Amino acid sequence: MSSLGLYNYWIVIALMMVGLYAVIARGHLVKKLIGLTLFQTAVFFLYISMGFVHGGAAPILSEGVAVYSNPLPHVLILTAIVVGVATTALGLALVVRIREAYGSVDEDELERMDSDA
Amino acid sequence: MLVTALFVVRTRDLLAATMLLGAYSLLSAGMFMVLDAVDVAFTEAAVGAGVSTILMLYALVASGRFERTPTRPQWLPLLVVLATGAALVWGTFDLPPVGAPGNPVHQHVAPRYLQQSGAEIGIPNVVTSVLASYRGYDTLGETAVVFTAGLGVWLLIGGLQRRGAAAPVLASAPHANLILRVVSKFLIPVILLFGLYVQFHGELGPGGGFQAGVILASALIVHLQVFGADQTRQIVPESLLRVLAPLGVLLYGGTGVAGLLLGGNYLDYHPLGRTPVGGQHLGILLVELGVALTVSSTMLLLCYLFAARVARR
Repeated sequence: MSSLGLYNYWIVIALMMVGLYAVIARGHLVKKLIGLTLFQTAVFFLYISMGFVHGGAAPILSEGVAVYSNPLPHVLILTAIVVGVATTALGLALVVRIREAYGSVDEDELERMDSDA
Repeated sequence: MLVTALFVVRTRDLLAATMLLGAYSLLSAGMFMVLDAVDVAFTEAAVGAGVSTILMLYALVASGRFERTPTRPQWLPLLVVLATGAALVWGTFDLPPVGAPGNPVHQHVAPRYLQQSGAEIGIPNVVTSVLASYRGYDTLGETAVVFTAGLGVWLLIGGLQRRGAAAPVLASAPHANLILRVVSKFLIPVILLFGLYVQFHGELGPGGGFQAGVILASALIVHLQVFGADQTRQIVPESLLRVLAPLGVLLYGGTGVAGLLLGGNYLDYHPLGRTPVGGQHLGILLVELGVALTVSSTMLLLCYLFAARVARR
């Protein structure tokens, strides 16, 4: 783990783009939410990578350790994960309601129904 | 990880995609661990591989398992994605390399947290100090967001039960495998105990209210999956959860007000104890308890709501 360079950021971008592709290319609403989840995890990685310090320890104070990783991104991301699942649940609830109202969860079909109505 | 993510997007069987997403979450928890973020890894493992997978499965039951083959052209999104990705990669060339101790991100408040929190807060886990004390406002906001999301789901799929219609018939206890039933009976107390340990050990080692809340909820979610929602509701009634979720936010906010009344600032825990450090300990304990209450009851409430909705169809 000595010469990561910018490699972490590129992985983050690749993951982000995979998620983005799922969101814009797929019609099924649950698949779009899955894409959003992937994108979200990529953002988590971005933050955690920023907080990482070479040779550092996890930020739990103990004797004989001089270098710690930055605790601030950890705090932000650990709350964001829990908030993320709560908001995903809200999105899924909307999907369930849409399914009950329209009988479909495919974006194209939904748009057709809306324009016909 | 990238491979898993690609397959998640590629497969049209959403059940497989959800399962792969769970694996992906577990892998990312491992990555967080490698990057020294133990608390984050904990949370991701509990949330991503557990609760969110269950919620996705419920949504799939309600909305159908397979995707249709797309009718519109796929090259346009691909082009957009590639262009965006290329632009972002180009942008990274201005960033400092990952892991260098001199990066700007490590120069601002982080050194103070690392050097002073031992003396000011008196607990070894810096993440907990920052979460519950230095940035207590943020965490209060996040707790409120979790609660609000739970409320939103309840309004969307729970609160609209038609009167006059028969009470929703929940799926009778699923015909769970004997092995599943026996093993989960052993596991649930252990998971609950572990959740409590994570809650009260969160100041010394990795852990805290968010993680503990999710772990406690997942023990009951296991129960719900194996023995059916009816039985779980008898142990933890939904009305209790509706009280506990706001109670957690209230406890958090109330701790802040208590500090205010005792002569400090809002969410300043110093005046709560005889010594400032003692006050911090008490404040963090109360606040983390509030977080755990809200998170665990909201997560379980979400599962109840989805389970009931799915069973009604």
